[in-house]
Amino acid sequence: MSKPSEAELKDFEAQADAWFKENTVTDPGFMLPLTFMEVSTDEQFDFLCDWQRKVYEAGYLGTSWPSEYGGHGMHPEFQRVATRAMKKYDGPIILNAIGIGWAGPLLMDIGSEEDKKKYIKGMLSAEDIWCQGFSEPEHGSDLGSAQLKAVRDGDEYVLNGSKIWTSLGDRAKYMILLARTSNDGPNKYAGLSFFLIPMKIPGIETRRIKKLTGEYGFVQTFFTDARVPAEGLVGKEGDGWMVAMKTLEYERGAKVNPAGGYYIKELDAMGVVDLARNSERGGKKLLDDPVMRDKMVEQMMEIQALNLNNQRRRMAPLNQDRPMGLAMMNKLARTEMIRDLTEFSLAFQGTRAGYYVGDENAVDDGYWHRSYLNSFSATIGGGTSEIQRNIVAEHVLGLPKGR
Amino acid sequence: MENLGSIGYSEEQIELMNVAASFCAEKSPIEKVRTLLEDAQGYDADVWKEIAELGWLAIAIPEAQGGVGLSLGEVVPIVEQMGRRLMTTPFADTTLAAQALVAGGTEAQQEEYLPKIAEGAVATLALAEAHGDWDLHNITATAKADGDNITLNGEKLLVPYAEQAEIIIASVSLDGAPRLVIIPRDAFGDSALRREQIIDETRRTYALKLDGITLPASALLDEAKTKAAFEHIHLTAVLLQAAEMAGGTQAVIDYTLDYLKTRKQFGKIIGEYQALKHPITNAYVDYEKARSHVYSAAHCFNDQGMGEIATRMAKAACDKVYGFAADRAIQFHGGFGFTHDCDAQLYRRAAIWHASQHGDGAWHRAKLADLLF
Ligand SMILES: Cc1cc2nc3c(=O)[nH]c(=O)nc-3n(C[C@H](O)[C@H](O)[C@H](O)COP(=O)(O)OP(=O)(O)OC[C@H]3O[C@@H](n4cnc5c(N)ncnc54)[C@H](O)[C@@H]3O)c2cc1C
Repeated sequence: MSKPSEAELKDFEAQADAWFKENTVTDPGFMLPLTFMEVSTDEQFDFLCDWQRKVYEAGYLGTSWPSEYGGHGMHPEFQRVATRAMKKYDGPIILNAIGIGWAGPLLMDIGSEEDKKKYIKGMLSAEDIWCQGFSEPEHGSDLGSAQLKAVRDGDEYVLNGSKIWTSLGDRAKYMILLARTSNDGPNKYAGLSFFLIPMKIPGIETRRIKKLTGEYGFVQTFFTDARVPAEGLVGKEGDGWMVAMKTLEYERGAKVNPAGGYYIKELDAMGVVDLARNSERGGKKLLDDPVMRDKMVEQMMEIQALNLNNQRRRMAPLNQDRPMGLAMMNKLARTEMIRDLTEFSLAFQGTRAGYYVGDENAVDDGYWHRSYLNSFSATIGGGTSEIQRNIVAEHVLGLPKGR
Repeated sequence: MENLGSIGYSEEQIELMNVAASFCAEKSPIEKVRTLLEDAQGYDADVWKEIAELGWLAIAIPEAQGGVGLSLGEVVPIVEQMGRRLMTTPFADTTLAAQALVAGGTEAQQEEYLPKIAEGAVATLALAEAHGDWDLHNITATAKADGDNITLNGEKLLVPYAEQAEIIIASVSLDGAPRLVIIPRDAFGDSALRREQIIDETRRTYALKLDGITLPASALLDEAKTKAAFEHIHLTAVLLQAAEMAGGTQAVIDYTLDYLKTRKQFGKIIGEYQALKHPITNAYVDYEKARSHVYSAAHCFNDQGMGEIATRMAKAACDKVYGFAADRAIQFHGGFGFTHDCDAQLYRRAAIWHASQHGDGAWHRAKLADLLF
């Protein structure tokens, strides 16, 4: 596919701009989640499904994916333009992150022709919501030790065990699953296999888990002799670790997601500044407090740095020394920044920082508290910040792996 | 937040980055840096000649005055690589003096001095004073009109490479107003200079007694351009420092990583311990962010408003990470880290030096607060 001309891109940009300007609803009358992991009520879920479908049908999601699978078959540059417009108008997040964000690209990479035909369109249109069954009660960071059993029986696998902290697990139609097919390999990784499985079948049950925010949003999933079709296997038996690592590259932002959209809302430091503008200490504006000003500038510099990193990432000559560095640190830096910023925002609220969502006196309806508590979803989910530091240390800086 | 600047680069920048990387690595291996610590002049005159021959001093000087007519953005990658190799020469100071003339000089001064600088004359600025204030407008040294002449009084401190400079541009107060004045090296004797002991042993500075120096009134820079000149000098200094600091940070992280990958304790390579692994990773992550700020500053430097924000952010970011990375470097080298032989201290000292000149992180953040809120 040849690169589009400047004029074509400009036209498309104008179109996308107009569309998002007209169609974006930022305040539906209830609190919108900042990340796909925060969806908790039916209201939120339905609204976000609807939003994703609209964006897809307008051509701004899956823009560059092949049309035979449900994409719009355009050059990737168009997708970049579309996502930019979505951000510009502060569009709601795209719900089906695990589907189009990680599972989709994986299928496009190594999936079979049938799988692509079967799954991609439903992912994009939000008809099929996906979830991810990686973590287990005993094994989160140490994913390679996962124990959920998958035993082949004719044309099926029989699953037994449990997965936990499964985001959207009670609403999803499909799951990407990491399961143990053998214990005899040369190491723990060799016995793992990767599956695409249906969720609404006998033998799979979910139990909702209440989050620290007081909301629901993820589940524990129990598998009791659940029988799934053997075609669900991705790659060969024993390839599971490699396949899981590939999906994590997308999840952690080390690879750019080709389907577009975004799953975690970026915070604008100016929002925090506005908060400070309306706060008082000792009868004076908090914004005049030198210590607070200093901290606010630090936050703004941090956000600006990450935006600049994103630009620099695409400029090979400015990235020669450690070409993968910026990509591999992306998740760590971004999620920690959001945690810092939202925590900092609480300091502005004085006595009112004591309120929480639901009280009429809570500042911005408790948005900042909820955001701060929720920010841990991203510093823990998808590999904790500590694990991310290990990854950067070992894979970018070349330090030895801890044993 | 949208208009805080972005990153872009020119072909020239990339080319210069590559050339400077190999030049500085070759001309300034660490053994050489260490030999020069003991040297009176502090830099290798032959290397200085080569730098002039490469045309680097001419980069940001307008073509009309014998320069190449590119921007300071093209100087940034060179200074970054110099910082990385701890290669101190009067390059940054001479570039800065040239910029003072570009922004504040009369036509005659530009005609006279810029071509010389472009060809390799060392030039420098005399700005600092005993009060230690970073505000360049806080000036106690004076100039007094005396017929067609002016006579100077007071003392300037921390004047880089004053001994070697053919041209010194000093800030003075003339009738209570800040001005800049060109002092040719032959306008005063050796006794007016005293070499100073500074934290960063790789560079040289001098205290300069102005008392009794008499110059023709034509030595004053253009009065009408004074305000712009001071601003330009300050931001240029900050930009070049940030670039040099980014290079230094990269180097001290690499230096520490080498040790973390080879030193063993308790039967393990120490880099395997997360107590060391995570802090060095934090330093690295902060370094890449600071470097992005530096490239943004290089790219936006000439944009009204945005350039100042990007430049101050760059130095504030570099100040924080250079200090941290070099501090941890000392700690992570253990007993050896406490020695003069360990390079960690060279970087720690350089970081302190840079923080001490033209504003540290906190100072720039205070300025940024005024610009942003
Ligand atoms: C909101 C949310 C959504 C999630 N969604 C999903 C999902 O959809 N699907 C899914 O499969 N999982 C999901 N997870 C699970 C998540 O991936 C795990 O919680 C995470 O990988 C950490 O595993 P753990 O909870 O077992 O913690 P542990 O691994 O037990 O970690 C406990 C602490 O030890 C630290 N630690 C562990 N190992 C090391 C090490 N080697 N070095 C240094 N520190 C270490 C950790 O950083 C952490 O601080 C979600 C989690 C959250 C919070």
